[in-house]
Amino acid sequence: MRNIFKTSYVQDIRLFEHGGHVFWYGLLLILVFAAPLVLPQFFVGEMSLVFIYAVAGIGLMVLTGFTGLASLGHAAFLGIGAYAHNYFVTKVGVPFPFALMLAGFVSAGFGIAFALPALRMTGIYLAIATLAFAVIIEQVFSHWASVTGGFRGVAVAKPNLFGWQTTTEVHFYYICLVVLIVITLGTRNLLRSATGRAMMAIRDSEISAQSMGIHIARTKVTAFGISTFITGVAGGLLAHKLQFISPEAFDLILSIQLLLMIVVGGLGSLHGCFYGAIVVAFLPQFLSLVKDVLPPSIGNIPGLQGGVFGLILVLFILLEPYGIYGRWRKTRLFFEIFPLYRRATFKRQRGYLKTERMK
Amino acid sequence: MEVLQLLIGGVAQGCVYGLIALGFVLIYKATEQVNFAQGDILMIGAYVALTLIAEAVARGWSIHLAFWLALPLTMVVMAAFGYALDRVALRPIIGQPQFAVVILTIALGFVFRAAAGAIWSTEPQTLATPFTGKKIVLGGVILGAESLAIIVGTAFLSLVLFAFFRYTRVGVAMQAASQNQLAAYYMGIPVKVIFSLIWAISAAVAAAAGILLAPIATIDPNMGFIGLKAFAAAVIGGFGSLPGAVIAGLMLGAIEPFAAAYGSRAGLPKGVPEVSSYIFMLVVLIVRPQGLFAQIYKKKV
Repeated sequence: MRNIFKTSYVQDIRLFEHGGHVFWYGLLLILVFAAPLVLPQFFVGEMSLVFIYAVAGIGLMVLTGFTGLASLGHAAFLGIGAYAHNYFVTKVGVPFPFALMLAGFVSAGFGIAFALPALRMTGIYLAIATLAFAVIIEQVFSHWASVTGGFRGVAVAKPNLFGWQTTTEVHFYYICLVVLIVITLGTRNLLRSATGRAMMAIRDSEISAQSMGIHIARTKVTAFGISTFITGVAGGLLAHKLQFISPEAFDLILSIQLLLMIVVGGLGSLHGCFYGAIVVAFLPQFLSLVKDVLPPSIGNIPGLQGGVFGLILVLFILLEPYGIYGRWRKTRLFFEIFPLYRRATFKRQRGYLKTERMK
Repeated sequence: MEVLQLLIGGVAQGCVYGLIALGFVLIYKATEQVNFAQGDILMIGAYVALTLIAEAVARGWSIHLAFWLALPLTMVVMAAFGYALDRVALRPIIGQPQFAVVILTIALGFVFRAAAGAIWSTEPQTLATPFTGKKIVLGGVILGAESLAIIVGTAFLSLVLFAFFRYTRVGVAMQAASQNQLAAYYMGIPVKVIFSLIWAISAAVAAAAGILLAPIATIDPNMGFIGLKAFAAAVIGGFGSLPGAVIAGLMLGAIEPFAAAYGSRAGLPKGVPEVSSYIFMLVVLIVRPQGLFAQIYKKKV
């Protein structure tokens, strides 16, 4: 076990806690950059989907995991990003990187416009409001045909970077990877900043945050803006990945998949977004593989994928509320301090119900 | 006449919303858990009723006898289901943030849908009831017997629930638990069992709503999505008020057919009628963030 002897406050907000992190993250970086050289095309494509999901997951994590505002409608912002990106690229002719950023800004604009009135609500009311927003936006996608192509949807061309037309999955893989790294570092920096710590303070207790002088409304709107910006960027990438976008691609199921991702990965940690993205992206493939082994009476259930998603989520909430990342931390601690590990180490301090009727 | 006709249909639909919303509110008021699986419990209830009635009719019983036997039996079965659900899935996570319950119940909804698809197939089915296809013409307004049954059934259930909470020991204990869990616990009320009972009642109400809804809709694993609209009703009603839920459900039910019938004539953009209930809910939430019949108080520090 590594004991870090802290000698200055700056150590608390370092990007990497110690040299070990630099080594392991560096190794990971080299591996993901080298991966397309050895992996078959199919896996490269799946990996880029993982990266896109991870970006979207980071977006939702900023809002739900770090600010404590639940959203059941983030698919809408993914959709806004996808349509806006496609619109800027095809109709306006904005170069790819700028279009991606513009898509983020459009999505953030919608997010902030939604957040300003919505922030009077708390807890479950906000979650329902986001759900209603997503349902309404889906109708807008269906009926605003001049921009979105209506029910029929629109085809999305492969990205074109300043005249360099990308052709293969490998090119797209690197684009997604670069975006993911930029977003991850950006979010990591945000969380080390005063704004990020204010968000976490609001998540843990709004009243204490307020008494520490944090401007609650402004911080929440900022969180909404940042979260929807990131989600919008992910939407732009997803448009290219799907190659065809239609309103039903951004339905309630997708919103819930995003939630599932951050809960299964581990709420409140950036690592969680990645673990969750891997689960959500690979589970359909895994299920189609397993289907051949299972007896047809089980393998051919129409809602099998949704049911398995649901079951995984139920088991995680009941048995491991901290997600895969939480399980990993527990396992690591178990070996680090063997044989002194106690189950109570990670137990919640307060076991009683926090009423939301009083606020 | 057209207005009246639309209103009757809307009220019948609104009663179903109201009943489902009642289930949401019952659970929320007592336990502060938000049950997103309410619509899927309704779906399972409808399937159970379908199975029971089909079984009885296959034995040569008359449809009347089959229906009136299946109705209470389904409610009992679903009550047991609700009790077990709380005991197995919800009780272990008491004390965790509300968000955990939201995700858990959403996930349970997915599981129920897949299970229903596996057991009863995903083909839409219709429930035969004694009311099916009968009509009453009243001064130029055509009244479907199904709609009438919904309205009467909702009124009856609301009255029963009102009396239950007002006059029985268990009902009063439930009120106590919903007002202050800790104080109720100190007074010797078995709060955990009360919670499970609330879930049982709520599931039974959902089953009744499912049986009433089935004749005017079809039964398929996705019918539970009606719960989302009922959710809007519960939110508009303030999420802690039983009469509020029913009234808001009626309001939503009444708005929808009018938005559909007059929306394009009034120059509303396409697609607005489909989401009229959500727009209404957002407006209510923005104006009154705690719903129309609020129950949230500011804590004094």
